[in-house]
Amino acid sequence: MSTRYGMVIDLDRCTGCGACMVACAAENNVPPLPQATSRTGLTPMLVRRVSNGMEGQARREVFIPILCMHCEHETPCVSVCPQQAVELDKGTGIVMQMPQRCLGCRYCMTACPYHARYFNWWDPAWPQGMEKSLNPGVAVRMRGVVEKCNLCHARLHSAKEKAAAAGKREIDPADYVPACVEACPTAAIQFGNLADKDDPVSREAHSPDAFRFLERIGTEPKVYYKSGEAWVRALKGSVSEVEVKRG
Amino acid sequence: MASTVLTDRRWIERGAERASLPQFLLWLAPWVVVLAVGIYAGGLCLYYGLNQTNMDNRFAFGLWIFFDLSIIALGAGAFFTGFLVYLLKRTDLRPILNTAVVVGFICYSGAVTILMIDVGQPLRAWFTFWYPNTHSMLTEITFCITCYLLVLSIEYLPILLRNRQLRKLPSFLVFEHQLHKLMPVLAGVGAFLSFFHQGSLGGLYGVLRGRPFAFRQGFFLWPSTFFLFILSAIASGPSFLILVTAAAEKVAGKRLVPREVFQRLAFISGALLGIYVIAKAIDTLIWLNITSPSLGFAPWQFYIYRPFGTSLLFVEIVLFGLIPALLLTYRRTAARRGWLLTAAGLACAGVVLNRFRLTIQTLALPTLAFDPFLQYTPSWQEVASFAGVIAYGVIVYSLSYRYLPLFVQLKGDRSHVSVD
Repeated sequence: MSTRYGMVIDLDRCTGCGACMVACAAENNVPPLPQATSRTGLTPMLVRRVSNGMEGQARREVFIPILCMHCEHETPCVSVCPQQAVELDKGTGIVMQMPQRCLGCRYCMTACPYHARYFNWWDPAWPQGMEKSLNPGVAVRMRGVVEKCNLCHARLHSAKEKAAAAGKREIDPADYVPACVEACPTAAIQFGNLADKDDPVSREAHSPDAFRFLERIGTEPKVYYKSGEAWVRALKGSVSEVEVKRG
Repeated sequence: MASTVLTDRRWIERGAERASLPQFLLWLAPWVVVLAVGIYAGGLCLYYGLNQTNMDNRFAFGLWIFFDLSIIALGAGAFFTGFLVYLLKRTDLRPILNTAVVVGFICYSGAVTILMIDVGQPLRAWFTFWYPNTHSMLTEITFCITCYLLVLSIEYLPILLRNRQLRKLPSFLVFEHQLHKLMPVLAGVGAFLSFFHQGSLGGLYGVLRGRPFAFRQGFFLWPSTFFLFILSAIASGPSFLILVTAAAEKVAGKRLVPREVFQRLAFISGALLGIYVIAKAIDTLIWLNITSPSLGFAPWQFYIYRPFGTSLLFVEIVLFGLIPALLLTYRRTAARRGWLLTAAGLACAGVVLNRFRLTIQTLALPTLAFDPFLQYTPSWQEVASFAGVIAYGVIVYSLSYRYLPLFVQLKGDRSHVSVD
């Protein structure tokens, strides 16, 4: 059985602390980019703040971590890339981005309904001395190419190397955990194999409170969200199905 | 100065009346300035990167893609006229053929230039040919536009070699003669490539399942926008040719092509525009009632954001579609220069508005329930590059008009008929 890595993010547990964003940036050598705006920065993991549009005591807010949804079916970014710089890994279900082959045409960004793809508008640069903290397992991306969450693929490589060294064919699930999952202080982000019915994440994904964004467009995203709040679950629909304060 | 004028005169067709060299240089001067600023702006984008633009992660395509889609549609007159003259044997359109080739060459070379600035890694452009993704509309566009630009360059070459001085060289004359024999084949290849890339440009957004405002169902691999783009391009291309030639006539102060050619082009443009309007209306109804609701999007929600209201839909289909279609096909209005140019202008405006809605409006509209409606204003570098390509077009056309036999039907170009 092939593996289908995915996530379940419990929005009722998310405090919006941003630890996942910081961990993601540190793990994947994302440059600080002080000149970037909220629309030109590099945030493969982005926590968005959304309210129910009410005021006073009726007001409710939720923090929604948005990352690549690793769409399984008719993956929008894979089919549009003119030079096969994006692919859906059949063995893991991870949607991979190859910055080395990217032309920077940004067609994939236009195709993504979740806005989970980011362009390197500037040359990557770090404050003096900070480059020593770069992760040697992850290549720095150059200006002019697109990048996105790849579920910390370097960690999957490390886990495979470890398994191979021990003479095993399969990795130990405990050896492959994305940085955001590891960093979340409230364990709001769960990671696992959706194809394995016994995996806790697979069970969570089928709970009544679980949902996926824009499910009706048919791309079968592998990142699930979960909330006990009806108004939060209603956000899964399109802009025309729910009226909320946007952030 | 006298010797320069003399030299300049020797390059102009014998007997043809052209402005004096100082007058011509004065005409070119502002365009050269705009082109120089455009080259500087484009250079900034290539050197410092696309951070010089106001595009961003959400508005990943901007003014340049809109511009590319528009001028490629307007440049469709080149392949379509070649198709009509060489393949359908409509020889009555031959007088406009050379100018159609030049306009097409300008539009396509301008579009390719802008595309090269618009990508983050222009030096990797060859990757698309080396690692092509055959499922991507952009691959189809890249292949077809590159090949068609090559075809247009070969089609432009005989016009260039017919220059008064160049044709004195026997080898050039033989080469031009041989190229001329190739023209029907090139016209066929050009038509094939153009039908595909005009369609692929429609498919560029039409296949985007994640952008329900643009997504369309279709036939086999192709969304309906594939076919609508072909139709709208071949409908507006002849109208654009009418406008360009009329502008050249205005500047030159005389008639350059017989009136019948304009009327023939007007009828072709109007008839095709009429078919396009019907197809577009049916497509819109299918999208409103089936496609968009099936993806979970109430279609009217897309029209609540100003200035993208339903009025734009009316303007595109009726004001810039149905009305020019009627004006261009109705013999009496097409015969009146004022009505003809107004209708041709409306037809071109319609195709430009259609490309604007598909490229810019699609990206401005939210998809997720908590997305905001976005705004985007191009930076001066984007606008200057855009203007630079227009200036390049005016300069190439002006030089071609001055030194090449663009309008061959007028023997010796002695016509002094003033424009009515």
